[in-house]
Amino acid sequence: MQVFNFAKPLNFMRLKWAAVVLSTFLVLGSFTSIAINGINWGLDFTGGTVIEVGFAKPADLVAVRQTLTDAGYEDAVVQLFGTSRDVLIRIPLRPDIAQAVVGDTVLQALNSQQAEAVTMRRVEFVGPSVGEELKQDGGLAMLMALLGILAYVAMRFEWRLSVGAVASLAHDVILTLGLFSVLQLEFDLTVLAAILALIGYSINDTIVVFDRIRESFRKLREATVAETINDAITSTLNRTVITSLTTVLVLVVLFYMGGALIHGFATALLFGIAIGTYSSVYVASAIAEILGISREDMLPPPPVDKESEGTGAF
Amino acid sequence: MLNKNPAWRYVLVIGMLLLALVYALPNLYPEDPALNISATRGGTVAEQTRSQLEQSFRAANIAAKSVVLEEGQIRARFNSTEDQLQAREIANQQLGANFITALNLTPATPDWLSAIGATPMNLGLDLRGGVHFLLAVDMKAALDKNLNDLVQTFRADLREDKIRYRTVQADIDHSQVQITFRSTGDIVAAEAALRKRDRELVFTTGSDNLTLLVGLSEIRLKEIREYALEQNITIIRNRVNEIGVAEPLVQRQGTDRIVVQLPGVQDTAQAKEILGATASLEFRLVDTDGDLAAALEGRVPPNSELYYSRDGRPVLLEKRIMLTGDHITGASSGYDEYSRPQVNIKLDAKGGTLLSASTKDTIGRRMASVFIEYKPGTETGADGNPVLIKQQEVINDATIQARLGRDFVITGIDSPAEAQNLATLLRAGALIAPIQIIEERTIGPSLGKENIELGITAIQWGMAAVLLFMALYYKAFGMVANVALVANLVLMVGMMSLIPGATLTLPGMAGIVLTVGMAVDANVLIFERIREELLEGRSVQQAIHHGYDRAFATIADSNITTLLVALVLFGIGTGPVKGFAVTLAIGILTSIFTAVVGTRLLVNLIWGGRRVQSLPI
Repeated sequence: MQVFNFAKPLNFMRLKWAAVVLSTFLVLGSFTSIAINGINWGLDFTGGTVIEVGFAKPADLVAVRQTLTDAGYEDAVVQLFGTSRDVLIRIPLRPDIAQAVVGDTVLQALNSQQAEAVTMRRVEFVGPSVGEELKQDGGLAMLMALLGILAYVAMRFEWRLSVGAVASLAHDVILTLGLFSVLQLEFDLTVLAAILALIGYSINDTIVVFDRIRESFRKLREATVAETINDAITSTLNRTVITSLTTVLVLVVLFYMGGALIHGFATALLFGIAIGTYSSVYVASAIAEILGISREDMLPPPPVDKESEGTGAF
Repeated sequence: MLNKNPAWRYVLVIGMLLLALVYALPNLYPEDPALNISATRGGTVAEQTRSQLEQSFRAANIAAKSVVLEEGQIRARFNSTEDQLQAREIANQQLGANFITALNLTPATPDWLSAIGATPMNLGLDLRGGVHFLLAVDMKAALDKNLNDLVQTFRADLREDKIRYRTVQADIDHSQVQITFRSTGDIVAAEAALRKRDRELVFTTGSDNLTLLVGLSEIRLKEIREYALEQNITIIRNRVNEIGVAEPLVQRQGTDRIVVQLPGVQDTAQAKEILGATASLEFRLVDTDGDLAAALEGRVPPNSELYYSRDGRPVLLEKRIMLTGDHITGASSGYDEYSRPQVNIKLDAKGGTLLSASTKDTIGRRMASVFIEYKPGTETGADGNPVLIKQQEVINDATIQARLGRDFVITGIDSPAEAQNLATLLRAGALIAPIQIIEERTIGPSLGKENIELGITAIQWGMAAVLLFMALYYKAFGMVANVALVANLVLMVGMMSLIPGATLTLPGMAGIVLTVGMAVDANVLIFERIREELLEGRSVQQAIHHGYDRAFATIADSNITTLLVALVLFGIGTGPVKGFAVTLAIGILTSIFTAVVGTRLLVNLIWGGRRVQSLPI
């Protein structure tokens, strides 16, 4: 059984300008949405208090809101979380209250006002300085990951491919951020982790294609650059699709069975992997071609000769 | 003939798998509800206490699996949580305030596994429940306090050298001390005199030429910060032990942060109270002339105050304070020449002078150390914060043998543990910088359990989906990849259990699920390669050989970049995200091993080294 079995390489590069236009449009769209709607930063980044409580029966949100207002938290956001018996309460940072005790006072208020006792499921308090630092550290981490990859790919392959790879990764990250901005999904620490994992996954894909491009340059002496790239993409297409498929499979499982806390993580990766598969085929290779990669750049001297490749294998 | 397995490959693969399997095993055993009992303040628990407890449990019809004395603590295991809770009641009633009882879950790892160091994976707080605090040390306060001390020192020094000055005051905003003079000659003399005493001072002259600005060198500033942080960690560790948590974690993070994790603790109010308390220390003379009996009846001599020692013994102390704890720069426990435990104390220069002056005429009298803690009480003040309650106790009193200076020794201590504890308390005496909670995460026990269940279900279903897909798509070769996938999971769990710092968190479990999906990539690459080689008309053996060979460089390149990302993630992440990075990194390494080395072993074994017409791929 095989998904694709092509006699001739597909002409992927024919659509490269269409891909460039589409990607540019999507990236600009993402930036616009981030500029206008902003990103719905989660507690990890904004600071504040989140309290998750469990009720024995389906919760009466109106009563909970009233209790909180009476306790002096008019600005609390109350919503169901996962099930009808789980309630999530968010209380933003306020300079006039001692932040560290908000969780305790809210729980006390709920327990004394509600007809039945609530169970504390989690309380999270994040101070204002912590969130700000996390934004900086997170941005720095993404930058470091991208720079590390840029250096590694440039060393192992060629600078044009390296630029293509990093551009495609940045593309994936920006579009995923764009999605979170358009849908106003909550962006918390696990989503940041997912985006970094996405960078790892997407570069994996790109490297596989690049490796094949290098090989095809060696194999197809007479072909043009575009034909060579087309050949490489076509012969790795099966692998690209199958690996994406198994990864999407487990992510769908995570999305539906991983619980509410892991939802953002699964969403970011599901979307990111779809985008990443497209971008490692189109964005990375197309940029390398547009930058003018040629056979001469890839061949002498071959970065890995046959001998050393052989000793590395099992 | 191609594709035969060398013997080392069998040894390597089977050896690795067996090792991983053994170390993964402890995770399969359930956890026993248990009770940990330790004595307060570094005391020891006697065997007698243990046997008494065991009897009481039996009398109350509680079936304890075991009640043992280990590392100075009693550990009792039970069959159910009901038994555990009931047992705690009994233990609390029987033992009283000098013991701390802590509930926890102890893994029921069989002895032969514990003997080789096999333990279950560490579970993060999001899986086991508990509270996580991130505390920030107020470095500004530490520096301010230091500046104020400098003001005192400078005044004394200048007076001693007979250099006339107008004012000496701390300029908190600019972190320096301002000294004004009447003449420029005095400035020069003062700078020389102060520089001679302390080389870590930085001097600048003000624009009016009559002001000397004294700051601290970078080295000194760093020392102050380090000391403030280390001291806070020591104090917090000490206090956390008092809460009675089974496996607390107190760890420094960065230059001014402390992470505190208390597994199983639900009552954050109590935990915060204990973390937030501040402590100080005073040395006072024991009033031996005063009438203790009269004092106990309320007639305390006018110059004295009534204190109680830790074991409840009343002591009459003079009101005059000989020395405050903020002059202590170091305290350590040790032994004297007769191997009796003692505590060595170091004071700063000013403290040495003060103590020397006050012990000149008091040799032969007794000196007491009073430990003062400010703990938040139950009442709340106008600012919404709990009102601090002062608690004082005499932690030790000893006879002054000679005139004391900067270094002195406290003897007459019962045990080395007591000496060590006293040293910690003395060090804790001068809390230089207050701490503030800047992050708090509490996970209830039900949510923790739910998270584990969700994680396991997701791993099971994710695994099932991928296994099914691979078997359908690659047939027999898919089954080989599936064996590798299962082996990979065992290896991952084994590695996670083996590495002491690796902690499993909810995102970490998501990382395992993700790894399951991504780990087949290496096999997909290899198998697709073999198919291509076959299509190009190579023989079966050639195709297998070249398939593995050619795919390896690609697999290595693509995984090294992913590993790079995992490292970055580990670098920035905290708690749960760090756990994710760890599983991701371990998963990459183990999956390369199983997908490349492991499957090659099986493929060679089944199809290699003989005439095969076609491959079921």
